[in-house]
Amino acid sequence: MDTINVKDKDAGATLAAGDELRMETVGLSVRYGTGNYGIRDVSMAVADKRVTALIGPSGCGKSTFLRSLNRMHDLAPDITVTGQAFLDGEDLYAPDMDAVLVRRRVGMVFQKPTPFPTKSIYENVCAGLRLVGVNKKATLDEAVERSLRGAALWDEVKDRLKTPGGSLSGGQQQRLCIARALAVEPEVLLMDEPTSSLDPNATIRIEQLIHELKEQVTIVIVTHNMHQAARVSDYTAFFYVGELVELSATKEMFLKPREKKTEEYLTGFFS
Amino acid sequence: MKLRTRFLRDRLMLAGLGLLTAVVVVPLFIIIFYVVANGFSALDANFFTQELGSPARAMQGKPTGLVASIVGTLLIDLAALAMALPFGIGTGVMMSEYREHPFAPIARLMVSTLNGMPAVLMGLTAYALVVKNTGGFSGMAGSVALAFVMVPIIARTTESVLTVTPWALREAGLSLGLPRWKVTLSLVLPAARTGIITGVLIAFARAAGEAAPLLLTSFGNNFLSFDLSKPMDSLPQRLYSLAISPYKQWHALGWGGAIILLLFVILTFFIGRVAVARLEKRMKG
Repeated sequence: MDTINVKDKDAGATLAAGDELRMETVGLSVRYGTGNYGIRDVSMAVADKRVTALIGPSGCGKSTFLRSLNRMHDLAPDITVTGQAFLDGEDLYAPDMDAVLVRRRVGMVFQKPTPFPTKSIYENVCAGLRLVGVNKKATLDEAVERSLRGAALWDEVKDRLKTPGGSLSGGQQQRLCIARALAVEPEVLLMDEPTSSLDPNATIRIEQLIHELKEQVTIVIVTHNMHQAARVSDYTAFFYVGELVELSATKEMFLKPREKKTEEYLTGFFS
Repeated sequence: MKLRTRFLRDRLMLAGLGLLTAVVVVPLFIIIFYVVANGFSALDANFFTQELGSPARAMQGKPTGLVASIVGTLLIDLAALAMALPFGIGTGVMMSEYREHPFAPIARLMVSTLNGMPAVLMGLTAYALVVKNTGGFSGMAGSVALAFVMVPIIARTTESVLTVTPWALREAGLSLGLPRWKVTLSLVLPAARTGIITGVLIAFARAAGEAAPLLLTSFGNNFLSFDLSKPMDSLPQRLYSLAISPYKQWHALGWGGAIILLLFVILTFFIGRVAVARLEKRMKG
């Protein structure tokens, strides 16, 4: 197991034996209209059905990188993405690749819980399914129960599925958002600081959930909290000023980081 | 500065603000009081059931009323609203959700210009487009003129309401693999609906009070008509013609009509408020 070298384009080689490559970026850069780089020349691997944590100080590009994995930058006209991002060998930025289809395969959960305010708990979970033409009640009922169970929310809400999503507590809302993302059965789930607005108990529930979810789905999580990265992830990537400094198995990185910058960050030399 | 001086200065500023506000509020009460005091006596059963007819009718003390104007106002305004809604909301959505589209900046410029344009020009335009081409004055031409008045107001409020709707809502929708039009229609517009309803009501109330665009289009009709293809009466335009008429009896009717117009606008806002409050309550559960 080697530290990734950004010049080394075969990022998949850094994964542990037995882990399969699911996503991979090659020389991925995101540039803002001002000419500044959000991330620069990032080549990185994401292992199948593992949790990969992205850590680093504020403004290091970890969220920018995450959002480039499901083409969330597309709507901002002054952001340009160059390089490649592969999902199962398909380039998500290929000219004939449809961003809507990419996002159906790569789901996302945001920092602030964002339940759809006008929809009930039930309708929140089905929102993605209804679009792909699933309208049969039995199928929807089943998907809602499966997703809410998957997000460890079913027992708390099964008797009030018709009430608005906004009536839940913050932690429940975030699990509702996870259920909503799971309902469309994504292959990869991106999580952008999913617990930063939650209290410690709700945070523990989400972290347990991440453990359970990685049985079925590949997870990439941005976290501001390196202890959280240590708790939940199999791999950790350390970003600094827009560049990927190091990608290692989490245990290795926390016990014996390869790069000096990583060590300084982990030991609290800067933050 | 001494504490006491600061305290006094604070009080002085507040008193100044109170005075300025009072000056703004007082005219509203003067208008309401004056209109009600002058027009209340005209409001009898005949007022709501009889046609205006010729001036002789009022002079001879025969029953006369403004039923034609009241019915005409409702028909013309509702038809105008039905026409203005899709265009106004559509333009607002274009300006807010598709900022990069080449139409968006053009629409923004046109909406600002139209918003400040005198309503009589909307009437002239509807005259040239509809009256000239259909061969005569009609309630429908009046509706088109009022729709011109409503569209920029609806578009502007829709844009500003959508702009303050959290961006996160759109991202959450997109991240589920929903296309943009679906995110706009099924997530963003419903989330902004209370604001949009308020904007539509403001546009409706504003247009309901316009006389100038109707003088050249729906023209007016002393007799009751339900046919939007014929000249039709409306309250603002009728108020104007009653006020400039030489008959005392008609002046009284005019004041009565002003009360109805005032009530109509107030009622519109009241219904809107209730609807918005109920929607908000349902959203919170």
